[in-house]
Amino acid sequence: MADAFWLIPLIPGASALVLLLFGSRMSRRGVSWQGPLAVLASFILSIAGFVRLAQAGPGASGLAKTLLPWIASGSFVTNFAFAFDRLSAVMALVVTGVGLLIHAYSVGYMAEDKAYARYFAFLNLFTFFMLVLVMASDIVLMFVGWEGVGLCSYLLIGFWFDRPAAAKAGMKAFLVNRVGDAAFIIGLLFLLVTVGSSSFATINAAPAAGLIGPGLATLIAILLFVGATGKSAQIPLYVWLPDAMEGPTPVSALIHAATMVTAGVYMVSRLSGLFAASPAASAVVAWTGGLTAVYAATIALVQTDIKRVLAYSTISQIGYMFLGCGVGAYAAGMFHLVTHAFFKSLLFLAAGSVIHALGGEQDMRRMGGLKKHLPVTFPVFLVGALAIAGVPFLSGFFSKDTILAMDFAGHHYVLYGLGLAGAILTAFYMFRLVYLTFYGDPRLPETHAPIHESPRTMTVPLVILAVFSALAGFVGLPVLLGEKANLFERFFKGAFGQEVHHLAASTEALLILAATLAALAGIYLAFVFYRRSPGLPARSAARFPRLYRLLVGKYYVDEAYNAVIVRPLIRGAGEVYTHFDLKVVDGALNGSAAAARGAGKALNILQSGLLRDYALAFLLGVIIFLGVLLL
Amino acid sequence: MIPPLAFLLLAVLLFGLGVLAFFVKKDLLTQFMAVEIMLNAGNLAFLALAKAFGRAEGQALVLFVITVAAAEAVIGLAIIVLVFRQRRSIRTDELKDLKG
Repeated sequence: MADAFWLIPLIPGASALVLLLFGSRMSRRGVSWQGPLAVLASFILSIAGFVRLAQAGPGASGLAKTLLPWIASGSFVTNFAFAFDRLSAVMALVVTGVGLLIHAYSVGYMAEDKAYARYFAFLNLFTFFMLVLVMASDIVLMFVGWEGVGLCSYLLIGFWFDRPAAAKAGMKAFLVNRVGDAAFIIGLLFLLVTVGSSSFATINAAPAAGLIGPGLATLIAILLFVGATGKSAQIPLYVWLPDAMEGPTPVSALIHAATMVTAGVYMVSRLSGLFAASPAASAVVAWTGGLTAVYAATIALVQTDIKRVLAYSTISQIGYMFLGCGVGAYAAGMFHLVTHAFFKSLLFLAAGSVIHALGGEQDMRRMGGLKKHLPVTFPVFLVGALAIAGVPFLSGFFSKDTILAMDFAGHHYVLYGLGLAGAILTAFYMFRLVYLTFYGDPRLPETHAPIHESPRTMTVPLVILAVFSALAGFVGLPVLLGEKANLFERFFKGAFGQEVHHLAASTEALLILAATLAALAGIYLAFVFYRRSPGLPARSAARFPRLYRLLVGKYYVDEAYNAVIVRPLIRGAGEVYTHFDLKVVDGALNGSAAAARGAGKALNILQSGLLRDYALAFLLGVIIFLGVLLL
Repeated sequence: MIPPLAFLLLAVLLFGLGVLAFFVKKDLLTQFMAVEIMLNAGNLAFLALAKAFGRAEGQALVLFVITVAAAEAVIGLAIIVLVFRQRRSIRTDELKDLKG
């Protein structure tokens, strides 16, 4: 069955095609079965492929299949070819596994929606492109997936396009990603020209083989990373992700938390040979990640929309992944990607369940005391919050700790400090969310409809995700417990460009203690602020009004971008419209029409309607013709 | 025996008369007859040359021309009759509506 691995992307793709073409004529029941079942089939095939790889032992090469020839130009050849190696296997499992649960959840969440078939068509299409992205065996096909998921992201953010905010958010996401992708394409072209091959194996081996010099490697890696900052919402191109929360909540969970936004981390890991060859580019990756991790967390502290808190939290957590990749700990970055996929999609789906229960309310200031109304959602949300906060023995604890330990081991103490500070902030804003939403007195208006727990198709995926969020960490235990403890890292042995160094057991134990204390400190602070003395947040805000306004205003980055980029562009476009489009383009068109009309008027004199004139012209013509012929 | 050149000269004369008549006359019917004269001038030239070179193609062509001219005469006369019914006139300097 593993040999049919190339069907993994194609099954959801075919399902998307059917739903796009015939979805409006299919029954809701049919759509509800087809969408999730297509992903289930891919999931089963992914498991089969993963088992094959795991049995083959470390170092064995993955599966590969060339479907069709694509571009053959001189010595440059690119095919539609899929590969299923260790990195692809882990990504495919996450995409199809989490994707399956989110598809199932959507059956309940979207049950009332008019465009049910369109929703599942886009969701399947997204799964298709995401799987193309992670299974492409060369960078050109990966870029097809990269752009495809961007398209689906746009389509799904603007899914409720009759709401202006949603349509605008979709456009913003698309345009911001274009900025990053422009850099990505330039980097891609540099890469293809320099290396002459698009396959990942050749590219990763190129620096060692001397095909790319260190300067060029840095340039290419940074250009590609700019693309990643767009897709993965890092400084400076993160601004689209909070607005992307206008989309349906399962979409936020699948695309804007678990899979698409982590594509940048996947790309950096996939090209680890290139990034490892350039210490400067790696430093850029690590510092961008570290700064984003803290920066986004500070904004999350004061957000009042439940989904926006989670969005900033996602930006911050992806920062951690880059923080790992940037110091050469690619396996650690990927590990955090996997655990984050579980707990963040859990948090989003649970938040969706809260929103569903409250009939669309997203503002935490009108929640509170929901603990007793939502007997399933509350405990699973708590598991997710504990996991992301890094409380010991839940998945987020292990993955975040691995990244921080790697930073420390690589002597990047400032980055380590950033990561630790981010951890405190993470614990604080997560438990602020928990206390505001589930504890305290209900703040809903009295007139609100009765609160009800969500249906079974929504709660079952939540419980499954909660189990994984709690336990997934145990595949990546600290090396402290023995060389073989970290199954995850052993699975990737030799897969990445850089081997990581390990710490002394006592140092590692200390680091674990520090991370645990950071998590607990954050939770305790949240407890003090939002449970023990509920007046404290308002008093703190009054005490530091500038800081508070800066955070609530999200550092005014949107405003700055608007002032510096968006508005000048719009004004410039307006000028071009009035001066060039109206005058030159339209003028050329109207001018040619006027010229044709004038010529017609002028030649009209010749057409007198008199038979004799025509006959005379005819006669003259014949005489001239004969004259030329005879002379 | 009359030399072929004489026939050719007659043909040219007839053709010239036809052209002259076409430009001088102003009613459609007469102009139509002028065209017929030009046609028959052509026929005469064909026959003269066929005779001079002793070949039959010229004579065969003349038969075709007569046939086509017969058909053309039928249609042309029918058009003239219809124009007259419509306009009560077949003077070509009055029939000048067909223009832009």
